[in-house]
Amino acid sequence: MATQHSRSAARVMMAPAVFLLLVWMLVPLILTLWFSTLDYRPMRGTFDCCEGLGNYTRFVTSSAFLSSVVTTLQLVGGVLLITVIGGILLANLLDQPIWGQGVVRILVIAPFFVMPTVSALVWKNMFMNPVNGLFAHLFKALGLQPIDWLSQAPLFSIILIVSWQWLPFATLILLTAIQSLDSEQMEAAEMDGAGPISRFYHMTLPHLARSITVVVLIQTIFLLSIFAEIYVTTGGAFGTRTLTYLVYQRVIESQNVGLGSAGGIIAVILANIVALVLMRVVGKNLDA
Amino acid sequence: MARAVTTRRKIAYTALAWIIGLTIFFPILWTILTSFKTEAAAIADPPVFFNFDWTLENYAVVQERSDYMRYLWNSVALAVGSTVFGIIIAVPAAWSMAFVPAKRTKDILMWMLSTKMLPAVGVLYPIRLILIETGLLDSKAALIFILMMINLPIIIWMLYTYFREIPGEILEAARMDGAGLKAEILYVLTPMAIPGIASTVLLNIILAWNEAFWTLTLTTIDAAPLTAFIASYSSPEGLFYAKLSAASTMAIAPILIMGWFSQKQLVRGLTFGAVK
Repeated sequence: MATQHSRSAARVMMAPAVFLLLVWMLVPLILTLWFSTLDYRPMRGTFDCCEGLGNYTRFVTSSAFLSSVVTTLQLVGGVLLITVIGGILLANLLDQPIWGQGVVRILVIAPFFVMPTVSALVWKNMFMNPVNGLFAHLFKALGLQPIDWLSQAPLFSIILIVSWQWLPFATLILLTAIQSLDSEQMEAAEMDGAGPISRFYHMTLPHLARSITVVVLIQTIFLLSIFAEIYVTTGGAFGTRTLTYLVYQRVIESQNVGLGSAGGIIAVILANIVALVLMRVVGKNLDA
Repeated sequence: MARAVTTRRKIAYTALAWIIGLTIFFPILWTILTSFKTEAAAIADPPVFFNFDWTLENYAVVQERSDYMRYLWNSVALAVGSTVFGIIIAVPAAWSMAFVPAKRTKDILMWMLSTKMLPAVGVLYPIRLILIETGLLDSKAALIFILMMINLPIIIWMLYTYFREIPGEILEAARMDGAGLKAEILYVLTPMAIPGIASTVLLNIILAWNEAFWTLTLTTIDAAPLTAFIASYSSPEGLFYAKLSAASTMAIAPILIMGWFSQKQLVRGLTFGAVK
């Protein structure tokens, strides 16, 4: 049992972390909340009080808001679909007895460590460029007309780039989960005549359910704030403006801080809804 | 008992796995190869794979023209600095939560996690403003602090899950033998905690190195790390594929190697201990 002495020592040891996180969270958030009620445009020198909820109404009713929410959902949904399904299949493949499994694993994980600006620029220039990109060469070799990926299919291109970055994450986590599956149970099922598909469906998938939930939620948190990939590829043009990017443009590019801050608060609220669900799942693990 | 597998099946799986693995790795391989080409060879049609005149010229040009070393140094300073300060603050906190759990420990942990989920863009302007007012915009000190704060919850969580695996009986035995709090930490816990701390350090250096929201929005010249340096290639002039590749290769190589060593820790760190 912990003594009174160690309890107070524990409190002292926790204090710096708790204090810093509290300041880090509250100060900027309160400032943002305050700014969101102002007509605050530094370039024009306006700093007028008492917009009330005007900025919120203006932000939500602008056509840019709705389309940015749709774009965000498409981006997050598309990447989740590709990475989760791809991750399940790939993790199952890597769990099979194969030669050089360690090396293949290293190859598959690699994209996760590439910094976002590098992967976005490499894909943009060396693969998706309509003249010199590898995809253009490939299309020409097949007798097809090369397409300008980032202006003809901009959102799809960004989904592709982001999925490439996150597929390793999903694969790695699902592989870790699969490897903890009881192999004796699997053998028993095999002996009882369960085919590979029914074993996958009735045993592997239920076992993976919790890990899949974790992958979906964590990726959602990160994907909601995707920034660099859009910044260096399209700069938010051609319908690739997500909610995060819209807020960035309002606040930094057009310097309408009041309006942007209202958007920021809305982004915080939306992200918190996802976060609450994630914390329930992670929290359950604390009791286990 | 391993299941009996026919050799034919193993060959098929191996082939498929290697094809997919190489496809996923290909963009990185292509970048590395291109970094050794001349600009003309880099855009050759049809593309050349290995049969070109290998050159190191791009690396020299990148360094000469853009002072690559300065960005590299900034990246190192930000990644290492934020990790070191983060660890100094997180170790005592994680230690106390793992070994002297109170009623509210779980709530505190969950709250710390929740700060990580705040979308950065929501607080971008106030933070920028504070930095401008204090003259710290585009300074390494400010970036080190910010990167430390965004990764602090992950550091604490990772350390917490590692520390919790240290058996409590050992602590009790040490206490019975009369070890005080200080001796307990120095001689019993530290040796057992070092592997966990090392993994946490590794993962956090990777995360800080690749962070690309705050580093892009809060730096211009002085504190700009490699993420910002690479972003400057998004509106280039003239032929630049080989140079972009050389710069990219240098920016990702150290982290790629570190990342391969930290596969296992990555899972634990990024799922907050929910998957081990």
